[in-house]
Amino acid sequence: MAKTMPQAKATGASPDPALAKKLLSQMLLIRRFEEKAAEAYALGKIGGFLHLYIGEEAVAVGATSVLRPDDYVISAYREHGHCLAKGADPKRMMAELFGRRDGLSKGKGGSMHLFDKSVNFLGGHAIVGAHLPVAAGVAFAIKYEERDQVIVCYFGDGAVPQGEFHESLNLAALWKLPVVYLCENNRYAMGTSIERALAQTQIWKFGETYGIPAEKVDGMDVLAVREVVARAVERARRDKTPSLIEADTYRFRGHSMRDPAGAVYRTKEEVEREKERDPITLFRERVLRSGALSEADVRAIEKDVNDRMDEAVAFADASPEPPAEWLFTDIYKEA
Amino acid sequence: MAVTTYREALNQALREEMRRDPRVFLIGEEVGLYDGAYKVTQGLLKEFGPKRVVDTPICESGFTGVGIGAAMVGLRPVVEMMTFNFSLVAIDQIVNTAAKLHYMSGGQFSVPMVIRGPGGPASQLAAQHSQSMETYFYHVPGLKVVRPTTPADAKGLLKSAIRDDNPVIFIEAETLYNVKGEVPDDPDFLIPLGQAIVRREGTDVTVIAYMGMMYRALEAAEELAKEGISVELVDPRTLRPMDTETIIGSVRKTHRAVVVEAGAGFAGMGSEIASSITEQAFDDLDAPVERVTGANAPMPYAKNLEKLKTPTKERILAAIRRVCNANGG
Repeated sequence: MAKTMPQAKATGASPDPALAKKLLSQMLLIRRFEEKAAEAYALGKIGGFLHLYIGEEAVAVGATSVLRPDDYVISAYREHGHCLAKGADPKRMMAELFGRRDGLSKGKGGSMHLFDKSVNFLGGHAIVGAHLPVAAGVAFAIKYEERDQVIVCYFGDGAVPQGEFHESLNLAALWKLPVVYLCENNRYAMGTSIERALAQTQIWKFGETYGIPAEKVDGMDVLAVREVVARAVERARRDKTPSLIEADTYRFRGHSMRDPAGAVYRTKEEVEREKERDPITLFRERVLRSGALSEADVRAIEKDVNDRMDEAVAFADASPEPPAEWLFTDIYKEA
Repeated sequence: MAVTTYREALNQALREEMRRDPRVFLIGEEVGLYDGAYKVTQGLLKEFGPKRVVDTPICESGFTGVGIGAAMVGLRPVVEMMTFNFSLVAIDQIVNTAAKLHYMSGGQFSVPMVIRGPGGPASQLAAQHSQSMETYFYHVPGLKVVRPTTPADAKGLLKSAIRDDNPVIFIEAETLYNVKGEVPDDPDFLIPLGQAIVRREGTDVTVIAYMGMMYRALEAAEELAKEGISVELVDPRTLRPMDTETIIGSVRKTHRAVVVEAGAGFAGMGSEIASSITEQAFDDLDAPVERVTGANAPMPYAKNLEKLKTPTKERILAAIRRVCNANGG
């Protein structure tokens, strides 16, 4: 394990056209999904809390791109990006946000509780830190049944001061569980900066505390995320060794739609400066420069993504409300 | 049918279900090498090995979450709380995750998991180790809550709980572990969750109680029989879902009811049962429903004060007499 951890940058060559297309379209898909969700929220079609992932797309897309379809992913409440990257249908996701019957959770979960068993996406958990032990439990089951899957567990820097972060890292290390704990450090737990929350702001260093491999990565660089997570996934799959990864990222919007500007606790200059690291802009420029994709390719990807999002919104709009009797279904699983 | 202790009955249930289903495993503090803080898991590490009898460090929230995750993807964990008081450390996992996953995921995921261990008033363990923990859980849709009174119930209900596809809170009692009773040997002996039992038939008054309070109510009933008062005793056994049908059926027969609970009465199980009776059988009642509850105070350590905290046989007797002497109807 490294004693000092320079932030990992991508070392590999430029991606081939197929990979470039896949990564760019997935990041754009998430960005457009979130923009459409914000529009729908403003129109009153989505209620409650809505936490957007805009700015952090490279983490979900880079990490998921090295997983097998049967690997598991679990996340917190800013999970739309992780759910989309894992392969969930954006139409059913949008319908869930709209609280409609064709939503992934039949309209009973909403934005913070997306689940999709068909792609092994395990939610959608909205109590900060609580899903970290659950991820350890999934990894426990994988090991118990002698399977070779892994689970990637996304969480924010806000979960790090919680006891469950430490309990989970301890158990994962103690029992050698195939889990990758991936911290999306966007520097603010709602309005509390990491400097105001953590005695140790170098989050990856907690890996050292628990004796597990840890790395920090530029979370705005989708290829860097890919490389770092690929190493962690390989360790988990082959050696049943857990890892802690800290992705340095930033959310361009507020904490939720009720904090649209995110302007009280951070400066406009800071936000503008961070936007220069926009993971989609950076990646688009990079693949255009390398020739992996042409301008025409990029336009085609954008059109395809926009079309899919229009479809998703239309689908959600057309989906009926859940019937009244569903209030009392799915409380208990019947034998 | 063999006579065995409540503790041994639980041990048999765990052993039989682990033999029956390789997905069942035990996890908790001191369940393995130490053979269980209260010896309920005695000998299981030896038979099933450390893969299936998993000792944990002290982190109730952490290992309860591990149980939930394992259950989500197909295992059937039995999580031990060394004492149920410690479950409060894990209450977020239990209430916000285990109980709600099935609903929040629109039925995609379920949590077939038992959380078991001793709870309720014990002997001079003071406020943090001697309390009726079921109150924190039976309010929650998505959980099932079991409180088994006899050795046979302990075995039959625990086996059903392990085979159930939902999170089940299974609270035993330290004070009952040495109680003996007849317990069936049949490995498929099951008592369905959600079924009350009439423990003693009577005609004058229905007394509803469970766990230690049922044993006190039984003593009271025997004493009152000598005075010519015939007491029917109903044990709900499962508090959620509650078999109100059996309770109401009994009250319709006797026209009088007393509910006994060990916990502080405010917003307790007695309130719930009393209001169900009032709502569903008001016209059948010849007297107001009485509640005999624990004092509305934390559990004290001093022996004399402790005795005042928990309902005594005398208080149960007095309540039954009051109800029977009332001139209603």
